[in-house]
Amino acid sequence: MALLEVRDLTKAFGGLLANDHLSFDVEEGEVLALIGPNGAGKTTLFNCITGQSRPTSGTVAFHGRDITGRAPSATARAGLMRTFQIPRSFTQMSVLDNVMVGALLWERRVGPARERASSVLEMVGLEDRRYVPAGSLNVAGRKRLGLARALATRPTLLLLDEVAGGLNPTEVEALLQVLDRIHGSGVTLVLVEHVLEVVMRMARRVLVLDYGRLIAEGAPGDIVHDDRVIEAYLGRRHAAG
Amino acid sequence: MVSARARNLALLGALVALLIAFPFVVRGAYPKQVAILVLLYGALGSAWNVVGGYVGRISLGHAAFFGIGAYVTMWLMTAQHITPWIGMAVGSLGAAGLALLIGWPTLRLKGHYFAMATIALGEVLRIVFNDWAFVGGASGLEAPIHVSWATLTFRSQTPYYFIALAFAVLTAGLVAFYVEGKAGYYWQAIRGDESAAASLGVDTARYKMNGLVLSAGVTGLWGGFFAVHVGFVNPDSVFDILISVQMVLVAVLGGIGSLVGPWLGALILLPLGELTRVALGGSGRGVDLLLYALVIVLITVLQPGGILALWRRHGTPRGS
Repeated sequence: MALLEVRDLTKAFGGLLANDHLSFDVEEGEVLALIGPNGAGKTTLFNCITGQSRPTSGTVAFHGRDITGRAPSATARAGLMRTFQIPRSFTQMSVLDNVMVGALLWERRVGPARERASSVLEMVGLEDRRYVPAGSLNVAGRKRLGLARALATRPTLLLLDEVAGGLNPTEVEALLQVLDRIHGSGVTLVLVEHVLEVVMRMARRVLVLDYGRLIAEGAPGDIVHDDRVIEAYLGRRHAAG
Repeated sequence: MVSARARNLALLGALVALLIAFPFVVRGAYPKQVAILVLLYGALGSAWNVVGGYVGRISLGHAAFFGIGAYVTMWLMTAQHITPWIGMAVGSLGAAGLALLIGWPTLRLKGHYFAMATIALGEVLRIVFNDWAFVGGASGLEAPIHVSWATLTFRSQTPYYFIALAFAVLTAGLVAFYVEGKAGYYWQAIRGDESAAASLGVDTARYKMNGLVLSAGVTGLWGGFFAVHVGFVNPDSVFDILISVQMVLVAVLGGIGSLVGPWLGALILLPLGELTRVALGGSGRGVDLLLYALVIVLITVLQPGGILALWRRHGTPRGS
Protein backbone atom coordinates (compact mmCIF):
# COMPACT_ATOMS: atom_id res chain seq x y z
CA MET A 1 0.00 0.00 0.00
CA ALA A 2 1.37 3.37 -1.00
CA LEU A 3 1.43 6.25 1.48
CA LEU A 4 -0.70 8.46 -0.76
CA GLU A 5 -2.99 7.08 -3.46
CA VAL A 6 -4.65 9.45 -5.89
CA ARG A 7 -7.24 7.79 -8.11
CA ASP A 8 -9.00 9.33 -11.10
CA LEU A 9 -8.87 12.76 -9.50
CA THR A 10 -10.69 15.42 -11.51
CA LYS A 11 -11.20 19.08 -10.67
CA ALA A 12 -13.35 21.15 -13.02
CA PHE A 13 -13.67 24.91 -12.93
CA GLY A 14 -16.71 25.39 -15.15
CA GLY A 15 -15.72 23.80 -18.45
CA LEU A 16 -12.01 23.80 -17.66
CA LEU A 17 -10.49 20.59 -16.34
CA ALA A 18 -7.64 21.76 -14.08
CA ASN A 19 -7.04 18.14 -13.08
CA ASP A 20 -8.17 15.53 -15.60
CA HIS A 21 -8.50 11.99 -14.22
CA LEU A 22 -5.15 11.91 -12.44
CA SER A 23 -3.97 8.68 -10.85
CA PHE A 24 -0.64 8.16 -9.11
CA ASP A 25 0.93 6.88 -5.89
CA VAL A 26 3.45 8.34 -3.51
CA GLU A 27 5.53 5.70 -1.72
CA GLU A 28 6.63 6.13 1.86
CA GLY A 29 10.09 7.71 2.10
CA GLU A 30 10.42 8.86 -1.51
CA VAL A 31 10.94 12.28 -3.02
CA LEU A 32 8.56 12.83 -5.89
CA ALA A 33 8.67 15.90 -8.11
CA LEU A 34 5.68 17.25 -9.96
CA ILE A 35 6.54 19.48 -12.89
CA GLY A 36 4.72 21.10 -15.75
CA PRO A 37 4.18 24.48 -17.39
CA ASN A 38 2.26 27.23 -15.61
CA GLY A 39 -1.42 26.41 -15.47
CA ALA A 40 -0.83 22.66 -15.72
CA GLY A 41 -2.84 22.09 -12.55
CA LYS A 42 -0.10 21.43 -9.99
CA THR A 43 -1.30 23.77 -7.27
CA THR A 44 -4.92 22.70 -7.87
CA LEU A 45 -3.80 19.12 -7.30
CA PHE A 46 -2.20 20.10 -3.96
CA ASN A 47 -5.39 21.94 -3.01
CA CYS A 48 -7.47 18.86 -3.76
CA ILE A 49 -5.17 16.56 -1.78
CA THR A 50 -4.96 18.69 1.37
CA GLY A 51 -8.58 19.84 1.30
CA GLN A 52 -8.29 23.51 0.33
CA SER A 53 -10.64 22.61 -2.51
CA ARG A 54 -12.89 19.65 -3.10
CA PRO A 55 -12.26 17.44 -6.13
CA THR A 56 -15.11 17.16 -8.65
CA SER A 57 -14.60 13.40 -8.77
CA GLY A 58 -12.02 10.80 -7.84
CA THR A 59 -10.48 9.84 -4.51
CA VAL A 60 -7.47 10.58 -2.36
CA ALA A 61 -6.32 7.99 0.18
CA PHE A 62 -3.67 8.53 2.82
CA HIS A 63 -2.30 5.55 4.79
CA GLY A 64 -5.01 3.57 2.99
CA ARG A 65 -7.82 5.72 4.42
CA ASP A 66 -10.06 7.77 2.17
CA ILE A 67 -9.55 11.46 2.90
CA THR A 68 -11.25 12.93 -0.17
CA GLY A 69 -12.79 16.31 0.53
CA ARG A 70 -11.70 16.42 4.19
CA ALA A 71 -11.10 19.87 5.66
CA PRO A 72 -7.48 21.12 5.67
CA SER A 73 -7.35 20.97 9.47
CA ALA A 74 -8.33 17.28 9.32
CA THR A 75 -5.76 16.33 6.67
CA ALA A 76 -3.14 18.25 8.66
CA ARG A 77 -3.93 16.20 11.74
CA ALA A 78 -3.64 13.02 9.67
CA GLY A 79 0.00 13.98 8.92
CA LEU A 80 -0.49 15.49 5.49
CA MET A 81 1.01 18.97 5.32
CA ARG A 82 1.63 21.51 2.58
CA THR A 83 3.35 24.82 2.05
CA PHE A 84 2.05 27.60 -0.16
CA GLN A 85 3.54 28.97 -3.35
CA ILE A 86 3.05 32.49 -2.02
CA PRO A 87 4.23 32.20 1.59
CA ARG A 88 1.39 32.90 3.99
CA SER A 89 2.90 34.09 7.24
CA PHE A 90 1.10 35.41 10.28
CA THR A 91 2.88 38.71 9.68
CA GLN A 92 2.23 40.33 13.06
CA MET A 93 3.48 37.34 15.03
CA SER A 94 7.16 36.68 15.60
CA VAL A 95 8.93 33.99 13.57
CA LEU A 96 9.03 31.76 16.66
CA ASP A 97 5.32 32.28 17.40
CA ASN A 98 4.49 31.42 13.77
CA VAL A 99 6.24 28.08 14.12
CA MET A 100 4.62 27.51 17.52
CA VAL A 101 1.23 27.55 15.83
CA GLY A 102 2.41 24.48 13.95
CA ALA A 103 4.07 22.89 16.98
CA LEU A 104 0.90 23.24 19.08
CA LEU A 105 -0.88 20.68 16.90
CA TRP A 106 0.42 17.84 19.06
CA GLU A 107 1.20 19.79 22.19
CA ARG A 108 -1.19 21.42 24.62
CA ARG A 109 1.41 23.31 26.62
CA VAL A 110 3.26 26.35 25.36
CA GLY A 111 6.67 25.49 26.87
CA PRO A 112 7.31 22.21 25.03
CA ALA A 113 5.83 23.72 21.83
CA ARG A 114 8.38 26.54 22.09
CA GLU A 115 11.20 24.01 22.38
CA ARG A 116 9.92 22.07 19.39
CA ALA A 117 9.57 25.30 17.38
CA SER A 118 13.09 26.38 18.30
CA SER A 119 14.61 23.10 17.15
CA VAL A 120 12.70 23.27 13.86
CA LEU A 121 13.94 26.85 13.34
CA GLU A 122 17.50 25.57 13.77
CA MET A 123 16.81 22.87 11.20
CA VAL A 124 15.79 25.43 8.56
CA GLY A 125 18.41 27.98 9.61
CA LEU A 126 16.13 30.71 10.96
CA GLU A 127 17.13 30.44 14.63
CA ASP A 128 18.76 33.88 14.75
CA ARG A 129 15.61 35.56 13.41
CA ARG A 130 13.22 33.97 15.87
CA TYR A 131 12.11 37.18 17.61
CA VAL A 132 11.58 39.38 14.55
CA PRO A 133 8.05 39.82 13.20
CA ALA A 134 7.38 37.35 10.37
CA GLY A 135 6.33 40.26 8.15
CA SER A 136 9.88 41.61 8.15
CA LEU A 137 11.40 38.49 6.52
CA ASN A 138 12.37 38.54 2.83
CA VAL A 139 11.02 35.97 0.34
CA ALA A 140 13.69 33.39 1.11
CA GLY A 141 13.07 33.81 4.83
CA ARG A 142 9.33 33.49 4.44
CA LYS A 143 9.70 30.32 2.38
CA ARG A 144 11.85 28.84 5.13
CA LEU A 145 9.33 29.98 7.71
CA GLY A 146 6.54 28.22 5.80
CA LEU A 147 8.70 25.11 5.74
CA ALA A 148 9.43 25.38 9.48
CA ARG A 149 5.77 25.86 10.37
CA ALA A 150 4.79 22.82 8.33
CA LEU A 151 7.59 20.72 9.84
CA ALA A 152 6.62 21.69 13.36
CA THR A 153 3.37 19.74 12.92
CA ARG A 154 5.42 16.51 12.51
CA PRO A 155 4.05 15.58 9.07
CA THR A 156 4.49 12.18 7.42
CA LEU A 157 4.05 13.65 3.96
CA LEU A 158 5.02 17.18 3.04
CA LEU A 159 3.79 18.82 -0.18
CA LEU A 160 6.06 21.73 -1.11
CA ASP A 161 4.64 24.23 -3.60
CA GLU A 162 7.53 25.99 -5.34
CA VAL A 163 9.62 26.19 -2.22
CA ALA A 164 12.66 27.30 -4.27
CA GLY A 165 10.84 29.82 -6.45
CA GLY A 166 12.22 33.35 -6.27
CA LEU A 167 15.43 32.32 -4.49
CA ASN A 168 18.94 33.16 -5.71
CA PRO A 169 21.43 30.30 -6.38
CA THR A 170 23.07 30.60 -2.95
CA GLU A 171 19.69 30.43 -1.26
CA VAL A 172 18.70 27.44 -3.42
CA GLU A 173 21.89 25.64 -2.40
CA ALA A 174 21.15 26.28 1.29
CA LEU A 175 17.55 25.18 0.82
CA LEU A 176 18.65 21.92 -0.80
CA GLN A 177 20.62 21.07 2.33
CA VAL A 178 17.57 21.83 4.46
CA LEU A 179 15.39 19.61 2.25
CA ASP A 180 17.97 16.83 2.50
CA ARG A 181 17.84 17.06 6.28
CA ILE A 182 14.05 16.97 6.25
CA HIS A 183 13.98 13.95 3.99
CA GLY A 184 16.68 12.33 6.11
CA SER A 185 14.47 12.71 9.18
CA GLY A 186 11.93 10.40 7.52
CA VAL A 187 9.49 12.81 5.88
CA THR A 188 8.16 11.85 2.46
CA LEU A 189 8.33 14.81 0.05
CA VAL A 190 6.33 15.85 -2.99
CA LEU A 191 7.77 18.90 -4.72
CA VAL A 192 6.02 21.14 -7.18
CA GLU A 193 9.00 22.91 -8.60
CA HIS A 194 10.15 25.03 -11.52
CA VAL A 195 13.75 25.21 -10.34
CA LEU A 196 15.22 22.27 -12.22
CA GLU A 197 18.28 22.15 -9.98
CA VAL A 198 16.05 21.15 -7.06
CA VAL A 199 14.16 18.55 -9.10
CA MET A 200 17.32 16.93 -10.46
CA ARG A 201 19.09 16.82 -7.10
CA MET A 202 16.20 15.81 -4.85
CA ALA A 203 13.74 13.67 -6.78
CA ARG A 204 14.07 10.01 -7.72
CA ARG A 205 10.85 10.11 -9.72
CA VAL A 206 9.17 12.89 -11.70
CA LEU A 207 5.57 13.27 -12.83
CA VAL A 208 4.84 15.71 -15.64
CA LEU A 209 1.49 17.49 -15.83
CA ASP A 210 0.17 19.38 -18.83
CA TYR A 211 -3.32 20.82 -19.20
CA GLY A 212 -4.43 18.86 -16.15
CA ARG A 213 -3.27 15.49 -17.47
CA LEU A 214 -0.33 13.27 -16.57
CA ILE A 215 1.77 13.14 -19.72
CA ALA A 216 4.96 11.49 -18.52
CA GLU A 217 6.60 9.78 -15.58
CA GLY A 218 10.16 8.69 -14.99
CA ALA A 219 13.57 9.34 -13.50
CA PRO A 220 14.66 13.00 -13.64
CA GLY A 221 17.51 12.26 -16.07
CA ASP A 222 15.15 10.59 -18.57
CA ILE A 223 12.27 12.99 -18.21
CA VAL A 224 14.21 16.03 -19.44
CA HIS A 225 14.82 14.23 -22.75
CA ASP A 226 11.23 13.04 -23.16
CA ASP A 227 9.65 14.44 -26.34
CA ARG A 228 6.25 14.93 -24.75
CA VAL A 229 7.81 16.95 -21.94
CA ILE A 230 9.84 19.15 -24.28
CA GLU A 231 6.74 19.70 -26.38
CA ALA A 232 4.72 20.70 -23.33
CA TYR A 233 7.29 23.28 -22.29
CA LEU A 234 8.60 24.52 -25.64
CA GLY A 235 6.02 23.58 -28.27
CA ARG A 236 5.89 20.96 -31.02
CA ARG A 237 8.65 22.41 -33.20
CA HIS A 238 11.36 21.73 -30.63
CA ALA A 239 10.21 18.26 -29.72
CA ALA A 240 11.32 16.43 -32.81
CA GLY A 241 14.82 17.97 -32.81
CA MET B 1 13.11 35.20 31.05
CA VAL B 2 12.67 34.12 34.68
CA SER B 3 13.79 37.49 36.04
CA ALA B 4 11.41 39.32 33.69
CA ARG B 5 8.61 37.10 34.95
CA ALA B 6 9.56 37.74 38.57
CA ARG B 7 9.66 41.48 37.88
CA ASN B 8 6.23 41.38 36.26
CA LEU B 9 4.79 39.45 39.19
CA ALA B 10 6.28 41.97 41.63
CA LEU B 11 4.79 44.83 39.62
CA LEU B 12 1.43 43.08 39.57
CA GLY B 13 1.56 42.50 43.32
CA ALA B 14 2.37 46.17 43.97
CA LEU B 15 -0.49 47.20 41.68
CA VAL B 16 -2.99 44.97 43.49
CA ALA B 17 -1.79 46.29 46.87
CA LEU B 18 -2.29 49.83 45.61
CA LEU B 19 -5.78 48.99 44.37
CA ILE B 20 -6.69 47.43 47.73
CA ALA B 21 -5.41 50.48 49.60
CA PHE B 22 -7.24 52.93 47.30
CA PRO B 23 -10.67 53.13 49.06
CA PHE B 24 -8.98 53.59 52.47
CA VAL B 25 -6.79 56.42 51.25
CA VAL B 26 -9.26 58.23 49.04
CA ARG B 27 -12.35 59.64 50.80
CA GLY B 28 -15.78 60.17 49.34
CA ALA B 29 -18.04 58.09 47.14
CA TYR B 30 -17.36 59.78 43.81
CA PRO B 31 -13.71 58.73 43.24
CA LYS B 32 -14.67 55.17 44.15
CA GLN B 33 -17.51 55.28 41.68
CA VAL B 34 -15.13 56.41 38.94
CA ALA B 35 -12.69 53.67 39.97
CA ILE B 36 -15.51 51.11 39.68
CA LEU B 37 -16.23 52.41 36.17
CA VAL B 38 -12.55 52.08 35.25
CA LEU B 39 -12.51 48.46 36.48
CA LEU B 40 -15.81 47.74 34.72
CA TYR B 41 -14.71 49.11 31.35
CA GLY B 42 -11.16 47.79 31.69
CA ALA B 43 -12.68 44.32 32.12
CA LEU B 44 -15.23 44.81 29.33
CA GLY B 45 -12.46 46.05 27.03
CA SER B 46 -10.34 43.01 27.94
CA ALA B 47 -13.21 40.66 27.19
CA TRP B 48 -13.96 42.44 23.91
CA ASN B 49 -10.25 42.32 23.07
CA VAL B 50 -10.29 38.50 23.01
CA VAL B 51 -12.56 38.62 19.97
CA GLY B 52 -11.62 42.03 18.54
CA GLY B 53 -7.89 41.99 19.25
CA TYR B 54 -6.87 38.32 19.18
CA VAL B 55 -9.37 36.46 16.99
CA GLY B 56 -9.55 39.56 14.79
CA ARG B 57 -13.33 39.92 14.55
CA ILE B 58 -14.51 43.44 15.37
CA SER B 59 -17.74 43.21 17.36
CA LEU B 60 -19.92 46.27 17.70
CA GLY B 61 -22.63 44.39 19.56
CA HIS B 62 -21.07 43.27 22.82
CA ALA B 63 -23.78 45.21 24.66
CA ALA B 64 -25.96 42.20 23.79
CA PHE B 65 -23.93 39.97 26.13
CA PHE B 66 -23.69 42.73 28.71
CA GLY B 67 -27.45 43.26 28.65
CA ILE B 68 -28.27 39.55 28.87
CA GLY B 69 -26.06 39.24 31.95
CA ALA B 70 -27.70 42.31 33.49
CA TYR B 71 -31.27 41.25 32.74
CA VAL B 72 -30.82 37.63 33.86
CA THR B 73 -29.30 38.77 37.16
CA MET B 74 -31.96 41.39 37.79
CA TRP B 75 -34.88 39.21 36.73
CA LEU B 76 -33.75 36.34 38.97
CA MET B 77 -33.45 38.78 41.87
CA THR B 78 -36.74 40.62 41.42
CA ALA B 79 -39.00 37.84 40.17
CA GLN B 80 -37.44 34.74 41.75
CA HIS B 81 -35.69 36.23 44.81
CA ILE B 82 -32.48 34.54 43.82
CA THR B 83 -29.32 36.19 45.12
CA PRO B 84 -27.34 38.06 42.47
CA TRP B 85 -24.30 35.98 43.40
CA ILE B 86 -26.04 33.12 41.64
CA GLY B 87 -27.73 35.51 39.22
CA MET B 88 -24.43 36.87 37.92
CA ALA B 89 -23.14 33.33 37.32
CA VAL B 90 -26.35 32.40 35.49
CA GLY B 91 -26.23 35.68 33.55
CA SER B 92 -22.67 34.93 32.52
CA LEU B 93 -23.71 31.47 31.33
CA GLY B 94 -26.69 33.02 29.53
CA ALA B 95 -24.43 35.42 27.66
CA ALA B 96 -22.08 32.54 26.79
CA GLY B 97 -25.09 30.57 25.55
CA LEU B 98 -26.16 33.46 23.37
CA ALA B 99 -22.61 33.55 21.97
CA LEU B 100 -22.87 29.85 21.08
CA LEU B 101 -26.12 30.48 19.23
CA ILE B 102 -25.06 33.63 17.47
CA GLY B 103 -21.45 32.58 16.83
CA TRP B 104 -22.39 29.70 14.61
CA PRO B 105 -23.83 31.87 11.80
CA THR B 106 -21.79 35.07 12.36
CA LEU B 107 -18.24 33.83 12.96
CA ARG B 108 -17.90 32.75 9.36
CA LEU B 109 -18.27 36.43 8.46
CA LYS B 110 -15.22 38.67 8.30
CA GLY B 111 -14.43 42.37 8.46
CA HIS B 112 -17.33 44.75 8.04
CA TYR B 113 -19.84 41.94 7.74
CA PHE B 114 -19.15 40.57 11.20
CA ALA B 115 -19.29 44.10 12.62
CA MET B 116 -22.66 44.70 10.94
CA ALA B 117 -24.10 41.40 12.15
CA THR B 118 -23.10 42.19 15.72
CA ILE B 119 -24.61 45.69 15.56
CA ALA B 120 -27.83 44.02 14.49
CA LEU B 121 -27.65 41.57 17.40
CA GLY B 122 -27.34 44.33 19.99
CA GLU B 123 -30.06 46.46 18.44
CA VAL B 124 -32.49 43.58 18.01
CA LEU B 125 -32.15 42.68 21.67
CA ARG B 126 -32.66 46.32 22.71
CA ILE B 127 -35.86 46.54 20.69
CA VAL B 128 -37.16 43.15 21.85
CA PHE B 129 -36.56 43.96 25.53
CA ASN B 130 -38.16 47.37 25.01
CA ASP B 131 -41.45 45.71 24.05
CA TRP B 132 -41.29 42.67 26.28
CA ALA B 133 -43.62 43.16 29.24
CA PHE B 134 -42.31 40.04 30.98
CA VAL B 135 -39.03 41.86 31.73
CA GLY B 136 -40.63 45.22 32.37
CA GLY B 137 -40.66 46.64 28.85
CA ALA B 138 -39.15 50.08 28.38
CA SER B 139 -39.17 50.84 32.10
CA GLY B 140 -37.13 47.72 32.90
CA LEU B 141 -36.58 46.05 36.25
CA GLU B 142 -35.77 47.68 39.57
CA ALA B 143 -34.10 45.95 42.51
CA PRO B 144 -35.80 46.13 45.91
CA ILE B 145 -33.81 48.17 48.40
CA HIS B 146 -32.70 45.77 51.08
CA VAL B 147 -29.16 46.34 52.26
CA SER B 148 -27.24 43.06 52.60
CA TRP B 149 -24.42 41.02 51.08
CA ALA B 150 -26.98 38.53 49.79
CA THR B 151 -28.74 41.14 47.66
CA LEU B 152 -25.52 43.03 46.96
CA THR B 153 -27.12 46.25 48.04
CA PHE B 154 -24.93 48.64 50.00
CA ARG B 155 -25.08 52.27 51.07
CA SER B 156 -21.36 52.73 50.52
CA GLN B 157 -19.38 52.38 47.29
CA THR B 158 -16.57 50.50 49.06
CA PRO B 159 -18.09 46.99 48.94
CA TYR B 160 -18.93 47.47 45.25
CA TYR B 161 -15.38 48.59 44.67
CA PHE B 162 -13.97 45.42 46.22
CA ILE B 163 -16.36 43.17 44.31
CA ALA B 164 -15.35 44.95 41.10
CA LEU B 165 -11.69 44.58 42.03
CA ALA B 166 -12.10 40.84 42.68
CA PHE B 167 -13.94 40.41 39.36
CA ALA B 168 -11.25 42.47 37.60
CA VAL B 169 -8.51 40.20 38.95
CA LEU B 170 -10.58 37.19 37.84
CA THR B 171 -11.10 38.71 34.38
CA ALA B 172 -7.45 39.64 33.88
CA GLY B 173 -6.31 36.21 35.07
CA LEU B 174 -8.78 34.32 32.89
CA VAL B 175 -7.99 36.33 29.76
CA ALA B 176 -4.22 36.09 30.36
CA PHE B 177 -4.49 32.32 30.93
CA TYR B 178 -6.13 31.75 27.56
CA VAL B 179 -4.25 34.39 25.57
CA GLU B 180 -0.84 33.14 26.72
CA GLY B 181 -1.79 29.51 26.17
CA LYS B 182 -2.47 27.45 23.07
CA ALA B 183 -5.72 29.30 22.35
CA GLY B 184 -3.92 32.66 22.19
CA TYR B 185 -1.52 31.42 19.53
CA TYR B 186 -4.37 29.89 17.54
CA TRP B 187 -6.48 33.07 17.82
CA GLN B 188 -3.64 35.21 16.52
CA ALA B 189 -3.01 32.77 13.69
CA ILE B 190 -6.69 32.99 12.74
CA ARG B 191 -6.47 36.79 12.78
CA GLY B 192 -3.34 36.63 10.60
CA ASP B 193 -4.55 34.19 7.92
CA GLU B 194 -7.46 31.93 8.64
CA SER B 195 -6.94 29.39 5.87
CA ALA B 196 -3.20 29.18 6.54
CA ALA B 197 -4.07 28.46 10.17
CA ALA B 198 -6.47 25.72 9.05
CA SER B 199 -3.76 24.18 6.88
CA LEU B 200 -1.62 23.84 10.02
CA GLY B 201 -4.33 21.80 11.68
CA VAL B 202 -6.08 24.59 13.60
CA ASP B 203 -9.79 23.88 13.99
CA THR B 204 -10.61 27.49 13.19
CA ALA B 205 -14.37 27.25 13.74
CA ARG B 206 -13.88 25.76 17.19
CA TYR B 207 -11.28 28.28 18.31
CA LYS B 208 -13.22 31.29 17.02
CA MET B 209 -16.21 30.00 18.98
CA ASN B 210 -14.13 29.44 22.14
CA GLY B 211 -12.94 33.03 21.94
CA LEU B 212 -16.41 34.46 21.48
CA VAL B 213 -17.89 32.34 24.27
CA LEU B 214 -15.15 33.34 26.72
CA SER B 215 -15.57 36.99 25.76
CA ALA B 216 -19.35 36.86 26.08
CA GLY B 217 -19.27 34.99 29.39
CA VAL B 218 -17.00 37.60 30.99
CA THR B 219 -19.07 40.43 29.50
CA GLY B 220 -22.26 38.86 30.88
CA LEU B 221 -20.76 38.58 34.37
CA TRP B 222 -20.00 42.30 34.35
CA GLY B 223 -23.48 43.03 33.02
CA GLY B 224 -24.82 41.35 36.16
CA PHE B 225 -22.48 43.36 38.36
CA PHE B 226 -23.51 46.59 36.62
CA ALA B 227 -27.20 45.78 37.17
CA VAL B 228 -26.85 45.28 40.92
CA HIS B 229 -24.53 48.25 41.27
CA VAL B 230 -27.00 50.59 39.61
CA GLY B 231 -29.94 48.71 41.16
CA PHE B 232 -31.94 48.88 37.99
CA VAL B 233 -31.87 47.81 34.33
CA ASN B 234 -33.75 48.95 31.27
CA PRO B 235 -33.06 48.37 27.57
CA ASP B 236 -31.35 51.73 27.07
CA SER B 237 -29.07 51.33 30.07
CA VAL B 238 -27.61 47.97 29.07
CA PHE B 239 -28.25 47.33 25.36
CA ASP B 240 -27.23 50.80 24.17
CA ILE B 241 -24.84 50.63 21.22
CA LEU B 242 -22.72 53.26 22.99
CA ILE B 243 -21.81 50.57 25.54
CA SER B 244 -20.53 48.38 22.70
CA VAL B 245 -18.64 51.34 21.27
CA GLN B 246 -17.10 52.22 24.64
CA MET B 247 -15.72 48.66 24.92
CA VAL B 248 -14.09 49.07 21.51
CA LEU B 249 -12.74 52.51 22.42
CA VAL B 250 -10.96 51.49 25.61
CA ALA B 251 -9.41 48.46 23.89
CA VAL B 252 -8.38 50.22 20.70
CA LEU B 253 -7.08 53.40 22.32
CA GLY B 254 -5.25 51.47 25.03
CA GLY B 255 -3.70 49.00 22.62
CA ILE B 256 -5.64 46.37 20.72
CA GLY B 257 -4.38 42.80 20.95
CA SER B 258 -2.46 43.32 24.19
CA LEU B 259 -3.32 42.22 27.71
CA VAL B 260 -2.65 45.57 29.38
CA GLY B 261 -4.05 47.84 26.67
CA PRO B 262 -7.77 47.79 27.56
CA TRP B 263 -7.08 48.48 31.25
CA LEU B 264 -4.84 51.37 30.31
CA GLY B 265 -7.46 52.66 27.89
CA ALA B 266 -10.13 52.54 30.58
CA LEU B 267 -7.83 54.20 33.10
CA ILE B 268 -7.42 57.17 30.77
CA LEU B 269 -10.79 57.39 28.99
CA LEU B 270 -13.25 56.92 31.86
CA PRO B 271 -11.80 59.57 34.22
CA LEU B 272 -11.40 61.86 31.22
CA GLY B 273 -15.06 61.43 30.34
CA GLU B 274 -16.04 62.16 33.94
CA LEU B 275 -13.71 65.13 34.16
CA THR B 276 -15.00 66.82 31.03
CA ARG B 277 -18.57 66.09 32.09
CA VAL B 278 -18.12 67.59 35.56
CA ALA B 279 -16.16 70.59 34.31
CA LEU B 280 -18.17 71.44 31.22
CA GLY B 281 -21.23 69.20 31.08
CA GLY B 282 -23.57 71.46 33.05
CA SER B 283 -23.78 74.03 30.31
CA GLY B 284 -25.96 71.69 28.26
CA ARG B 285 -24.12 72.46 25.05
CA GLY B 286 -22.28 69.15 24.81
CA VAL B 287 -18.86 70.81 25.11
CA ASP B 288 -17.71 67.94 27.30
CA LEU B 289 -18.50 65.40 24.62
CA LEU B 290 -16.72 67.51 22.01
CA LEU B 291 -13.59 67.63 24.14
CA TYR B 292 -13.84 63.89 24.86
CA ALA B 293 -14.15 63.18 21.15
CA LEU B 294 -11.23 65.48 20.39
CA VAL B 295 -8.95 63.49 22.72
CA ILE B 296 -10.03 60.24 21.06
CA VAL B 297 -9.34 61.66 17.61
CA LEU B 298 -5.93 62.96 18.73
CA ILE B 299 -4.88 59.59 20.16
CA THR B 300 -6.04 57.84 17.01
CA VAL B 301 -4.13 60.20 14.74
CA LEU B 302 -0.95 60.54 16.79
CA GLN B 303 -0.74 57.01 18.18
CA PRO B 304 -2.52 54.55 15.88
CA GLY B 305 -1.16 51.55 17.80
CA GLY B 306 -2.86 52.74 20.98
CA ILE B 307 -1.38 54.35 24.07
CA LEU B 308 0.55 51.19 24.80
CA ALA B 309 2.55 51.69 21.60
CA LEU B 310 4.29 54.60 23.36
CA TRP B 311 5.81 52.16 25.83
CA ARG B 312 6.42 49.49 23.22
CA ARG B 313 8.40 51.81 20.99
CA HIS B 314 10.98 52.37 23.71
CA GLY B 315 10.81 48.92 25.22
CA THR B 316 12.06 45.53 24.11
CA PRO B 317 10.07 43.42 21.64
CA ARG B 318 7.79 40.83 23.13
CA GLY B 319 9.27 37.43 23.86
CA SER B 320 12.92 38.46 23.91
